[in-house]
Formats: sequence, C-alpha cells, structure tokens
Amino acid sequence: MTALLDIDQLLDQMEAGLSQALEQRGVESPVLIGIRTGGVWLADVLSKRLGIEEPFGELDISFYRDDFSRIGLNPRVKPSSLPFDTEGRDIILIDDVIMSGRTIRAAMNEIFDYGRPASIILATLIDLGARELPIQPDVAGKTMALESHQRVKLRGPDPLRIELQEAGQ
Amino acid sequence: MTANDSSPHHLQLTRDGQLRHFLTLDGLDRALLTDILDTADSFIEVGERTIKKVPLLRGRTVVNLFFESSTRTRSTFELAAKRLSADVLNLDISTSATSKGESLSDTLLNLEAMASDMFVVRHSQSGAPHFIAESVTPGVAIINAGDGRHAHPTQAMLDMLTIRQHKGQFEGLKVAIVGDVLHSRVARSQIRALNELGAEEVRVIAPGTLLPKDVESLGCTVEYDMNRGMQDLDVVIMLRLQKERMEGALLPSEREFYRLYGLNQQKLALAHPECIVMHPGPINRGVEIESAVADGPQSVILNQVTNGIAIRMAVMSMAMGGQVAERQQKLSERGQA
Repeated sequence: MTALLDIDQLLDQMEAGLSQALEQRGVESPVLIGIRTGGVWLADVLSKRLGIEEPFGELDISFYRDDFSRIGLNPRVKPSSLPFDTEGRDIILIDDVIMSGRTIRAAMNEIFDYGRPASIILATLIDLGARELPIQPDVAGKTMALESHQRVKLRGPDPLRIELQEAGQ
Repeated sequence: MTANDSSPHHLQLTRDGQLRHFLTLDGLDRALLTDILDTADSFIEVGERTIKKVPLLRGRTVVNLFFESSTRTRSTFELAAKRLSADVLNLDISTSATSKGESLSDTLLNLEAMASDMFVVRHSQSGAPHFIAESVTPGVAIINAGDGRHAHPTQAMLDMLTIRQHKGQFEGLKVAIVGDVLHSRVARSQIRALNELGAEEVRVIAPGTLLPKDVESLGCTVEYDMNRGMQDLDVVIMLRLQKERMEGALLPSEREFYRLYGLNQQKLALAHPECIVMHPGPINRGVEIESAVADGPQSVILNQVTNGIAIRMAVMSMAMGGQVAERQQKLSERGQA
C-alpha cells in the first residue's frame, strides 16, 4: 500500500516557515542550496515560490559522507554545482527528509569548503525525528514519526509526490 | 588459489564487481570505465574550488612506490592523494633500501608494517603491480602507475576523460595513436579503453619497426603513411619517443622520424577540422610534435594534465572504497557464522 501525503500542503508550510525565518533574521537576499536528489527538486520549487531569482545550488555530498569506511564510494556521484560565491552569503539549505542528521553534517562541511557563509537556515520537507546528531531544521513541512516497517520517499521531479511505503509491499 | 583467482580481472574486482585494485583495463567493462569517468567529472569540480580537498581518504596512508622515475605521474598521484586528504609517502626506490640489497618483498612488508592503505606502483618490469597485488595484505589497494611495456591504465583513462570532455561521446569517433607503439604501455591501455568505450576506429600510425608483432590483434588498424592516416581523424594521440627505451637502431634518425611521423600543421590540416591533439607528456618539441601544434588551438595537452589529477582521485577513492566495503562484508559474514 502506498499512502500519499499532500505535497502542496507541506510546500505551503515550508514556504510560510521560510518567509517567517528570513524576516525574523532580517535576511534580504538569500541563496538556495538543495541536497541531491530530492532537495534539488524542492529548491527549484521553493525558489519560484519565494521569488528568489538567483539560480540555486546543487550539492552532492558523496565525498563527505561519514560511512565511506563501511560502504565505500557512492558510484552515482555527480558534481556539486554552486553558481555563486558562498562567502558571506545567507544560505537556505534544503533536503527532502531529515533523520539522523548525518547528511546535513556532511552538507555543511562541504559548503564550508566553498567559503564562509554568513548564515545557514535548514529547511526540510519532512522531519522524521530519530536524530543521532545535534542538528535541527529551522523549518519543516511536516514532523512525523514512522513505524519501523515504514519508509518515506520523495518522488519527482514532475510531479513531486511523497510515497509512504509499508515494508514488504 | 586457483589460476582464475590470480587473473588480473578477478584480482582487481570485488565479488560484486567494485574496483579494489587498479592494475589494467583488461577485464573492466564499459559500465565500470564509465563509472570511473563520471566519478572523475565530480572530482574536476572539486579541483575548481577554493579548498580543493575532500575528506574521503582522511587518515589513510598512500605510498607512492616508484621503482622508475616519473615527475609528472608521481606528482599528479601525490596531489590526487592529498586532495583526498590522505597522508602521502613518496618513495623513490632507486635511492633507498633496494640499493642496500633489500628484496621487493621485504620492502613491501616494511611498508605494510607502517599501516599503509594503498600503494601506487611504477615499475620497469611488466606485471610488477600485479605481483604486489597478489601478495599484499588484504585491505591494501594497489594502483598501477605504469609497468614495463604492459599497461598505464590511469594515463589511458585520463585520455578517455579528455576525449569525452571535448567530443561528448565515443561512438563514431576515429582516433589515431601515432609513434612509438612498440615501447608504449600507454598505447595498449588506450586501444583497450577506446574499443571498450565504443570508438568507431582505432588506428595506429607508425613505422613497422616501432609496432609490436600482431598489433592488429589489440583491436586497431595499421597505417604506415601518416599523411594517409590523418584523414578524417577526430582525435590524434601522439606518443613520446621513448629514447631511453630504444634498443638498437629502430630509427634512422630523430630528424627522419620527425619528417615522417612528427605532427605539424600541414599534417594536422588533413584531419577533421575539429580534431583534437593529445600527448601524454613530456613532449619532445620538434621530435614528435611541432610547437605551433602543441601550443595551438586544437591542442588539449594541458587539459590532460588537469584531468590526470581527477582520474587518479577517482580510481584511488573507488579502489579504497572497494577494499573497505569488502572488508566490512567479510566482517559481517563472520559475525553471522
């Protein structure tokens, strides 16, 4: 069985949360960076919704993962592409799902290798809890907990939809 | 160990087909060669950043074991390892223990005792990296940086990366390799890679004295006349005249060689107008190639050097990744038993 969450409702939530976060922090010209693959699709949608004309960045964190010593290199690595100088910029970092927090740790390490940003706001579509590192999203489309047999996955890019999969189905 | 276990193909791949050593292109299929090129593409982007370093091999030790000197290959391997955050030890064997009578096996045992994770091996004997890969402790990756007349797989792959960058794909390409094919380990690896990746035609252009016997069996056509051989070419790869390898009088003279097989603007004009010119370096200006061509708009010789770092980062991280994944797999199997 595949249950669908309403993607538009979650995107509305992200958009509102980000607008509020930007206003609170007094950020006027943020840039978006999406983490491959789902985060990039979301960055595309959110840059339009937030009216950010500057092209968004795409981050592939394969070279920064902390599990290289266990599983080796991801064979499907693609080049990261940040079409702007990150030095001194206010960054909105976007991923589809946050759980352990390890992906975000890797992403922030990579971003800092491009320069020293002024700030980073973290936005995720879904926060599944189960954190292993002290990293929390500033904005989440939805916070939910999964049963151990459930998996959630963002499919896209057109149309974007969320799949909630029951193991064994 | 069965005979099959020691074949290069079996030796350099894990059970699930990941790279764990990089010894030769023999036995590596198009999918794996393409993975290497794709991974290298991502490392090119890393090389364009302010901080040209990723943490993949942090805390690991890479030993450059050069039994034969080579400035360019060694320095690009060194830079590649450093950009992967590894600790690098450069060992010029001609000035070290072997000259005091230590055997190759003893040298290796000592280096392994220093907890090395990878050996990059350049040796004048064909098959030396293969021998080391067979005898080394499990978990240590061996990368062939050129062995005898046998293979130079990272050079061939950086050439493939350069061709793909400029031509987009291999299908339909006509590629010529010109010069001293007989003494060239690169040419063998290049012919193998070009065929596997789907080039339309691989042509070798050389005098008969500088071609190995049965060269066609490597998967190429032969042309003795360079003016004929240059027709329709999309890529021309010049080989260095291996002066230090020349045994006996295989050539009348350098000047005669240049007249017949040197690449100048007149000969290049016979090729496709967008034909790219490649050379593994170091170039002998006026022996294999005219300066106006080497420095000209069709030359991609310096791109090859940049790509060499990215290719070496790719094979080093893939081989190390294969080793660690395999080790983890064995540990978990042992745990279940």
